[in-house]
Amino acid sequence: MKLTNRAKQIDNSPMTVAERLYIPAIATGLGITIKHFFKKKATINYPEEQRPFSSIFRGLHVLKRDEQGRERCTACGLCAVACPAEAISMTAAERKPGEEKLYREEKYAAVYEINMLRCIFCGLCEEACPKAAIFLQPDKIAPAFVDREQVIFGKDRLVEKMDDRATTGIQKYTGVKS
Amino acid sequence: MDPLIVNALIILSIFGITLLIATYSTWAERKVAGFIQDRLGPNRAGWGGLMQPLADAGKMFFKEDFIPAHANKWLFIFGPSLAMLTACMASAVIPFGDSFIIGENIVLVQAIEVNIGILYVFGVVSLGVYGLMIGGWASNNKFSLLGAVRAASQNISYELAMGLSIIAIILMSGSLSLRTIVEGQHGGNWNILYQPLGFIIFLTCAFAECNRTPFDLPECETELIGGYHTEYSSMKLGFYLFAEYINMFASSAVTACLFFGGFNYPGMDAVQNELIKSLGESTGHNIATGIGIAVMFAKILFGIFFFMWVRWTLPRFRYDQLMNLGWKGLIPAAILNVILTGAGILLEMRWLSWVAVLIVIGIAVLQASISQKKELRAQRA
Repeated sequence: MKLTNRAKQIDNSPMTVAERLYIPAIATGLGITIKHFFKKKATINYPEEQRPFSSIFRGLHVLKRDEQGRERCTACGLCAVACPAEAISMTAAERKPGEEKLYREEKYAAVYEINMLRCIFCGLCEEACPKAAIFLQPDKIAPAFVDREQVIFGKDRLVEKMDDRATTGIQKYTGVKS
Repeated sequence: MDPLIVNALIILSIFGITLLIATYSTWAERKVAGFIQDRLGPNRAGWGGLMQPLADAGKMFFKEDFIPAHANKWLFIFGPSLAMLTACMASAVIPFGDSFIIGENIVLVQAIEVNIGILYVFGVVSLGVYGLMIGGWASNNKFSLLGAVRAASQNISYELAMGLSIIAIILMSGSLSLRTIVEGQHGGNWNILYQPLGFIIFLTCAFAECNRTPFDLPECETELIGGYHTEYSSMKLGFYLFAEYINMFASSAVTACLFFGGFNYPGMDAVQNELIKSLGESTGHNIATGIGIAVMFAKILFGIFFFMWVRWTLPRFRYDQLMNLGWKGLIPAAILNVILTGAGILLEMRWLSWVAVLIVIGIAVLQASISQKKELRAQRA
């Protein structure tokens, strides 16, 4: 099967005088390399310059709040079922009277943990979620870690902060804000 | 001033400049490699990576200095020392500039002016291969020894052609002193204009003598696990690698002296006269000498750049190709060049060695036009 047009038939006939002198070939080669010498460099100086993320990049997860700041997650467990890497675990709890400001539904996740070592960032949890609660952010990557304890992200690191709302959310699917 | 002190100062400064240029050659090598491969090269240590050589040297010193159990300890230490010593000695006879007039004295910009300059360079450079040979042998490792044997046979083979190509230069200048050879090229009479064949042979041999690509067979990772310095670590390895860069500097300087007129540049007489007229006899002469030194160093630096440029362009030769090129190609060509140059001097036609070049080009063009080489075509058309 022919995959590309780059395959060339090798010619094994004896070298001509010009080829045996090597000099024309060397001069051609030197010409090619000096052209590259002055070309624009492909390097990106990483900490100073950063390559922009793709708009559909799947990065660090976020547990969204709604427009009134209530947690959207209702601990249905569909994300944990959808997860092919079995990275998500949660414990559900019932909303007590007086907690209506905190949780949108009558049931909420008391514990919600994602193991970032298991997670493969496939985005199936985001697709499975019926409440538009979990999203993979297109502008944040999971931070580096030095300890296995740091790998399990709990609600303290997953739920979005009110003063620092995530850029992604339900509008990704509906166009409606929040 | 005491001539001894003046000489000591000149020797020290030339030694220092040699080491400085060799140090920054390691940085330049990586920069050139990067630029040729569309990268940036080292740029983290200092501005543009300029502190990189210091960082590398620091790293080298702090590495474990390992001597293998069955190695011959003293020879193992002697090898890199000898390589470094001979490399540093080579630049002693090179005239970097004309002369400075200080008071009554005329001081030559040269460590030692001897009438056998080029022979001295040759002797010292040939000693350099002993450093490789001793190091490879003392390692008590068959791959190191193979690398050392390769180095020795390669250097001996290419020294012949190199010596023969220099004979043509010596014939033309009538002296072995590098200063006389350089002064003989005054007024744009650069030897490369009369010795194109000799220049190509000399350059090729210089690459082989410095163990630079495409002739870096003594150090070959795929075949020899590294070469003659496989067993070396720490600054001993550093000395071997550093000696290569000093050799590059020395051979660029010798090339500049032999073929590119050393510190001569077109229109230097006019510049000197103008400077003497406006600034007085000694100041004008000194400034003109300074310009000459700058020109010399520009030539040397371009030579070093050329070494690197070729290194990042060409792949390594196979060993039989290397030997074929040396013995069957360069040596006969060099002998032909000597004969043609001799005949040229006898018949007062100094351009005679161009004839050989033109004949070879003619044959190549003729053959290319007669036998059409098959075009490379796609494998399954």
